[in-house]
Amino acid sequence: MGLIAYLARRLLSLVLSLAVASVVIFAVIEVAPGDPAAFMLGMNAQPETVAALRAELGLDMAPLERYGHWVLGMVQGDFGTSYTYRTPVSQMVADRLWVSLPLALYALALTMIVAIPAGIYAASHRGKPGDVAVMGLTQLGVAIPNFWFAMILVLIFAITLRWFGAGGFAGWDAGFGPAMKSLTLPAIALALPQAAILARVMRSSLIEVMGEDYMRTARAKGLTRSQTLWRHGLRNALIPVLTILGLQFAFLLAGAIIIEQVFFLPGLGRLVFQAISARDLIVVESVVMLLVFAVIMVNFLVDLAYALADPRLRRGA
Amino acid sequence: MRLSLILGAALSALVLALAALSYLWTPGDVTAMDIANRMKPPGAAGLLGTDHFGRDMLSMIMVGARVSIAVALVAVGIGMGLGVPLGLAAAARRGGWLDELIMRGNDLIFAFPSLVIAILITAVFGPGAINAIIAIGIFNIPVFARVARGAALPLWQREFILAARVAGKSRAHISVEHILPNIANLLVVQGTIQFSLAILAEAGLSYVGLGAQPPLPSWGRMLADAQTLVAVAPHLALVPGLAIILTVLGLNLLGDGLRDLLDPRLRRVRT
Amino acid sequence: MSVLQITGLSLTIAGRPVLRDVSLDIGAGEIVALTGESGSGKSMTAFSVMQLLPEGAAPSGHIELDEIDILQADEATLCSLRGQRMGMVFQEPMTALNPVQTIGAQVAEVIRLHSNATRGEAQQQMQEVLIRVGLTPDQVPPSRYPHELSGGQRQRVVIAMAVVMRPRLLIADEPTTALDVTTQAQILDLLQQLVTEDGMGLMIITHDLAVVSQLADRIVVMRHGEVVETGPAAQVLAHPQHPYTQMLREAAAHQVDLPQAEATEPLLVVDKAVRDYPAPARMFGRAAPKRAVDHVSFTLERGERLGLVGESGSGKSTLTRAILGLEPLQAGRIEIDGRNVADNDPTTRAKVQVVFQDPYGSFNPRHRVARLITEPFHLLPDAPTGAARSALVGEMLESVGLSATDADKYIHEFSGGQRQRIAIARALITRPDLILLDEAVSALDVSVRAQILDLLADLCRDSGLTYLFVSHDLAVVREVTDRVLVMKSGQIVEQGVTEQVFTVPDHPYTQALLAASPSLPEAVA
Repeated sequence: MGLIAYLARRLLSLVLSLAVASVVIFAVIEVAPGDPAAFMLGMNAQPETVAALRAELGLDMAPLERYGHWVLGMVQGDFGTSYTYRTPVSQMVADRLWVSLPLALYALALTMIVAIPAGIYAASHRGKPGDVAVMGLTQLGVAIPNFWFAMILVLIFAITLRWFGAGGFAGWDAGFGPAMKSLTLPAIALALPQAAILARVMRSSLIEVMGEDYMRTARAKGLTRSQTLWRHGLRNALIPVLTILGLQFAFLLAGAIIIEQVFFLPGLGRLVFQAISARDLIVVESVVMLLVFAVIMVNFLVDLAYALADPRLRRGA
Repeated sequence: MRLSLILGAALSALVLALAALSYLWTPGDVTAMDIANRMKPPGAAGLLGTDHFGRDMLSMIMVGARVSIAVALVAVGIGMGLGVPLGLAAAARRGGWLDELIMRGNDLIFAFPSLVIAILITAVFGPGAINAIIAIGIFNIPVFARVARGAALPLWQREFILAARVAGKSRAHISVEHILPNIANLLVVQGTIQFSLAILAEAGLSYVGLGAQPPLPSWGRMLADAQTLVAVAPHLALVPGLAIILTVLGLNLLGDGLRDLLDPRLRRVRT
Repeated sequence: MSVLQITGLSLTIAGRPVLRDVSLDIGAGEIVALTGESGSGKSMTAFSVMQLLPEGAAPSGHIELDEIDILQADEATLCSLRGQRMGMVFQEPMTALNPVQTIGAQVAEVIRLHSNATRGEAQQQMQEVLIRVGLTPDQVPPSRYPHELSGGQRQRVVIAMAVVMRPRLLIADEPTTALDVTTQAQILDLLQQLVTEDGMGLMIITHDLAVVSQLADRIVVMRHGEVVETGPAAQVLAHPQHPYTQMLREAAAHQVDLPQAEATEPLLVVDKAVRDYPAPARMFGRAAPKRAVDHVSFTLERGERLGLVGESGSGKSTLTRAILGLEPLQAGRIEIDGRNVADNDPTTRAKVQVVFQDPYGSFNPRHRVARLITEPFHLLPDAPTGAARSALVGEMLESVGLSATDADKYIHEFSGGQRQRIAIARALITRPDLILLDEAVSALDVSVRAQILDLLADLCRDSGLTYLFVSHDLAVVREVTDRVLVMKSGQIVEQGVTEQVFTVPDHPYTQALLAASPSLPEAVA
């Protein structure tokens, strides 16, 4: 019953977190000054027209009723109708999600591919020139703002070398290759600072594990230094790295919003900034809710991975 | 690694000094446009060149540092001021309802990256430096609460805390007298790290237009302005970018150096 | 023929000398005990043999294992020797095993590493050795993870890994120090049995002379990185030649001169006290609460010295904290001088003070001694201030054998024994009616322990101390108490006059405890 009960508890807290988050987001948007309907129709609109639009948008309902409406709609995949475009928000978001989500995942993959080996290398060469070099690079990587790095990448690889386009998205209709190509520079820009952080975490986690008693036991069994590291150190060291990885996904998703601006990618970031300037609050509300949902979901998955990786959590002490 | 402490302190001091100096004197006027001398490379006009309106870049960087530092300082102050007491309170009654409430609340805030908070706030109140401060500050609260709680929990198991309880001191009294001084090192180190993260976050928010508004110069917006001109005048992007990198690098090195200096494990060896 | 021969071994770590000219040898089937106080270099000798030394270590001399000079061997040779020709058992069984691998996998790894056994054969051998060390598949199957095992069971797994290849030499570094006395007896029996069956040499490192006398054929006494005396165990213990060995021998058999107690009136009354711990909220829901103290009743008279013995998990620490008012009771009451402790009244609480086990964790490192020992004044409405306070601090420090000038120092300037003196000064400064000594001498070296126990006896003589002495160490409790309580699983299973309980124990558990405790043979005059 252990794992089932655990799953049930975690699911319950997941739903609870989502509920509280939705209340917070709704409440914040609720206190926004100004009437979206009046804003949309401009200064010279007739009061009757505004009232009609308010009814159409559901703005005449009581806040509690509107909240219920919003949440119930979202559960069914209905995010309401955009104030400005008069199209379903779910449709707009879905289109944009197909850019932002692959970008974040691409960047996450790059982060892990670079950071985990770099961290292992640095930890196993602790104090040697290789370690110092890797640590120096990560120190620099952490300090670089990703959108600035993106601009430099564009300057070098798009404008000077002309290997990549300077921006825009080829679209998934153009095929997997071209689409991924147009996401490559943005993904690299996003991944660099996160890879630097993750490499540092990987290194310190591994160094900490290497000081554990059971690593000495492993050496006393006759394992070589590197056998000890790979067979006993790595899995233990990866457990805390998982947590950081979960947090990083949140940063990547949020960071993607900024990076999309540099590369003119038609993702959630562009959508949300356009919506802010147009005071299209229902779009802002939905995108924010979606981002928060993604973060909470990923942390839930990290918790599950935790339970699988660490038997102490799986069976209880 | 004394080197990182010295280098970090020197870089951080340099940025602070430039920001302070900007109140008294800047090489050029950051509000005066000089279209004839626009986008001059470094050296040709002023030490760091001029921007697309012909303003002196060094002056812009100096005044921009003011905004970055002010936003980061207040935001970290908010995070520390609220987060540390929350973390201490949670640790003092481990497993109690308050602990549970604080930690759940923290988890919830962690689900809102500071950019998302900034988007929400801006959507409601419009963009501005204050919103950047609040957004970054809110995100810093759970960071400090976690660090404080995590460091305080093992201390509560230590026998000198039990001795203080035997002496009849309340948990709040013990938190202030015994726990806080013993975790202060850690908080200082975390403070410098959060400070550097706040500088980065402020630059990102200004870049997308959610931070400080014109005519106040800010590093992030200098980069946003430079974006379309980067092929013509790369220094427009390089100068503010390097300013951010050196500031953040300096703070991180300072944090690392302080950690080594203040680490009680290392100090025990020395004494 | 020797299995292990160490000649002229010296060791420096980062330039600091740790071992100087150590020589010893161990024959097949022989048990050699390395003994000495902390810092004597006995563990470093063992790690030198395994060549598992910390970074910056520079050994010199000769260590020959079956005629292979370990100090000359390359890393590949060393790896093939470790686990195969020499095995090692560590002090801390709780952390010695990889938490994310099953115990079976960890034992089988040794077999696969040092032989050509197939997966199936390794599985077979692994099961055999686990049975051999007493872990039968019906009780502790190899599919278990370390956290599911008790400390003693984990130590058996470590032993299984060390002996599965039938090594020539087994090294055991304080293998039972972290274990309860009954578990210790079982582990020592197991080691002895394995030595007899396999004919390997055993190097056992221990600070406990009673363990030495029970187990070892020969003894090597070390001090400050040097061997001071070596010889047959029985002979060295009976007629120690070197002054240091004589001092150790005397300290271990130390007799405290405790004045007669004069019990007058009840001071502490514990009446059907119950303390439940809510089970921690785990990832799998909340388990049933754990009852740490289960309807405990006893009375401590003013002027009496009462002992409380029990193994880890017996509830004695929880009971101690409940008496201090640090833990609430679920039922029953605890009264001091007729006042309920739970009322949290400062004057009542000022009547009880405590000395904890860990001399290093008991003080805030940021405060000076004067501030540290006056902390209990917080309980007094009329605590002395100014010159009177300083005078009292000086007086207290002198009464525990320190100097009044120590008041301005920080705690890191003191040794472990001095710190326990400061802890006693802190406990005495409010002139409490009762002092709880919670494992107060357990972390100290044997010679320092003797001094602290003498100090207690002196204080009893001078000011008629009343205390509750909580310890797992039966020998010490016997020394310094008039009456004793034996605690097991939250209950007091036996109580009575100390000498009587120790000579004719009533309860089977007390009998088992006494039988398991190793003791030194009476000193030969």
